[in-house]
Amino acid sequence: MIGFLAKRVGFAALVLFLLSAFIFFLFFVAPGDPARLVAGERASDAQVQQVRENLGLGKPVLAQYGDFVMRSLSGDLGFSYRNQQPVLTLIQQRMPATISLCAGAVVMWLLLGVPIGIMSARKPGSLRDRLGQVFILVGVSFPSFVLGMAALYCLYFLPRKAGFTLFPAGSYKPIGDGVLDWAWHLFLPWLSLALTSAAIYARLTRGQMLEVLGEDYIRTARAKGLKERVVVFKHGLRAVLTPLTTQLGADVAVLLGGAIVTEQVFGLQGIGSLAVQAVNSQDRPVIIGIVLLAGFFIVVANIVVDLLYVALDPRVRTGAA
Amino acid sequence: MSDVVQRGSFELTLRRVLSDRAGMLSLAFIVVLALFAIGADAIAYLVGHSPVEQFRDTGLTPQGLPVPPSPEFLMGTDQLGRDVLVRLAYGARVSLLIGVIASLLAACIGVTVGVLAGYFGGWVDVVLGRLMDFVMSIPVLLCMLSLVSVFGTSIPLSVSVIVFFSWTIMGRVIRGQVMSLREREFVMASRTLGAGHLSIMVIDILPNLSVPIIIYTTMMIPTSIIFESTLSFLGLGIVPPAPSWGGMLSEAANNSIYMFAWWLILFPSVILLLTTLSFNILGDTLRDALDPKANFRPVKMRWRIWPKRSRSKGDAK
Repeated sequence: MIGFLAKRVGFAALVLFLLSAFIFFLFFVAPGDPARLVAGERASDAQVQQVRENLGLGKPVLAQYGDFVMRSLSGDLGFSYRNQQPVLTLIQQRMPATISLCAGAVVMWLLLGVPIGIMSARKPGSLRDRLGQVFILVGVSFPSFVLGMAALYCLYFLPRKAGFTLFPAGSYKPIGDGVLDWAWHLFLPWLSLALTSAAIYARLTRGQMLEVLGEDYIRTARAKGLKERVVVFKHGLRAVLTPLTTQLGADVAVLLGGAIVTEQVFGLQGIGSLAVQAVNSQDRPVIIGIVLLAGFFIVVANIVVDLLYVALDPRVRTGAA
Repeated sequence: MSDVVQRGSFELTLRRVLSDRAGMLSLAFIVVLALFAIGADAIAYLVGHSPVEQFRDTGLTPQGLPVPPSPEFLMGTDQLGRDVLVRLAYGARVSLLIGVIASLLAACIGVTVGVLAGYFGGWVDVVLGRLMDFVMSIPVLLCMLSLVSVFGTSIPLSVSVIVFFSWTIMGRVIRGQVMSLREREFVMASRTLGAGHLSIMVIDILPNLSVPIIIYTTMMIPTSIIFESTLSFLGLGIVPPAPSWGGMLSEAANNSIYMFAWWLILFPSVILLLTTLSFNILGDTLRDALDPKANFRPVKMRWRIWPKRSRSKGDAK
C-alpha cells in the first residue's frame, strides 16, 4: 500500500516536472521579448536592459529554469507582466468563481447522469432506455459552447424580451451574499456545463450497470429474495462506483483548471477566462502559473482517486485484483 | 418459399447497416454535408457572394445591423454583411477536413502504440502505458492556449493538438484487444512457421482489429469536430476572416449580437449539432452491424417510439 502510494506520488511528480519543463521551454523559444513587453513600447534600450536584469532573463536558460523550479516549489509563481501582481494572488482571486461553477455543475450532472444511466440499464430496450439513449446521443453531440449560447438565448434573452427575468445572464455573485442568489446567477452556466457531462456519465453508468447486472452475484441476490431496489442500488451501484470515481476525478481536475469555454460564454471571471486574457496579452508568468496549477489538480485528483479505490473496492485492499 | 441464399459476412454487415433507419439517415446527412462542402465554390458562384466579401449596402441595414434571411441572402448576413450560407459551406470544409484528418492520424498513432504495447507487453507496455497516462494528465485547452500564444493559430497546429490528445483512447482499446489476440492459436501457428514479430503484428493481428479501428475512428470524428469548433470559438483555431463554424458562433457571441440576429446562432449551431449527431449515430450503427455481440451494447437501438412488448424482454440478455 505504502509502496503503491509512493509510486503514484513519484509519477505525479514526474508529470508535473515534465509539464513545467515543457511549458517553460515553450515560452523560452517563443518569439517576442518579454522584457520589452514589460518595459512598455516607449522604453529606451537601457530601460529594457534593466528590466531584463530584474526579471533574470539575462541568465542562461537552464539557470532560469532552475530558478523557476525552486521558486515554484516554494509556492512563488512570479509576477504578472501586466499589472505586477503576484500570479498566485491573481489565481486566488479567480478561484471562487471557478470552484462555484465546478461544484454546482458536478452535482447537477451526477444527479442527472447517474439516475438516467441506471434507469436505462434496468430494462434494456424499454421505452425508458430508448429515451435515455437519445439523451446520451444528443448530449455527447452537443458542443458545450453551443449549449451555453442556446441557454442564454432561450432562458435569458427571450424572457427578457417578453418583459421578465427568468435567469440573469450569468455573472458571479459570491456565495457569502446569499446562497439562493449565488445559485440563481450560476444556474445557466451550471446547466450548460452539466448536460454534456451528464450524457457521458449516463452512458458510463448504463454500460457498467448492464455488465454488473449480468453477474452471478446479482442473480444470487435476486434468488435470495432481495427487493429489486436493493439489488440495483446496493449490489449493482456499488460496483459501478469505481469507474464513476475514475471519471469524476479526471473531470473535476480538468474543470478546476478553468472551465474555459463556459467561463467565456457567460463572462464569468474564473481561472479559465484569466488564462484566455493572459494569452491575449502575452502575460507569460500567468499562463505558466495556470498550466502548472491545472497539472497539479490533475495529478492530485489521480492520487485521490487511487485512494478512493482502496475505500471502495476491497480487492485493491487485499491485493487480489 | 424462397431459396436459401448463402451470404458472406460483408453482405450480412451491409444488410444490417442498410436496415438501420437512423444510421442511413445520418449517412445521408453526411453525404449531403460533404457535397455542401465540396460544392462551396459552386454555391458561392451561384449566389454570387464570396465567403469573405462584405456587402455593406445590401447585407447590412442602414443602422449597420445584419439582415435576416431573404431571397438575396438565404440564411441572412453576419455583422460585417457577409453571406452566412456561403460561409457555412466553407466552414463545412474546415470541420470535415480537420475532423476526418485528425481522426485518421490519431487512429494511426493509437493503433501503432496499442499494438506495440499489447503485443510485446513487459517494459514496452509499461513505458507506453505511462506515456498514455501522461498525455491524459495534460490540461488540453490550457496547453492549446499556450501553444497558440507562442506559435499563432494555424490549421496544422489545431490538427496536431487534436491528434496529440485523442489517440490515447484508441491506444487503450487496441492494446486490450491485442493482449488477448496474441495468445490465440493462429498467432502461435505463425510463430511456429517462423514468422517475425513485424509480420505477426501486421499480417496476423492487424486484420483482426479492423472492427474496433473502424468503430473508434468513426466515433473520433465528431469529437474532433467539436474540438476544432471549440478551438475556433475561443479564437485558437481557424484564423478569421476564413470561415469556420466555431468562429462564426464566436463572432455571433461577440457583443451578444446573436440576441438580435437569431440566424447567426441558429444555422451554425444546427449544422454543427446535426453533423456531430450524425457521426455519432453512424458510429453506433457500424458498431451494431460489425460487432453484434459487443457487450457494451446488447440491444440494438430501434427508432420506434413504442417498443414491442414481446421483444424488450427477450433482448434483455
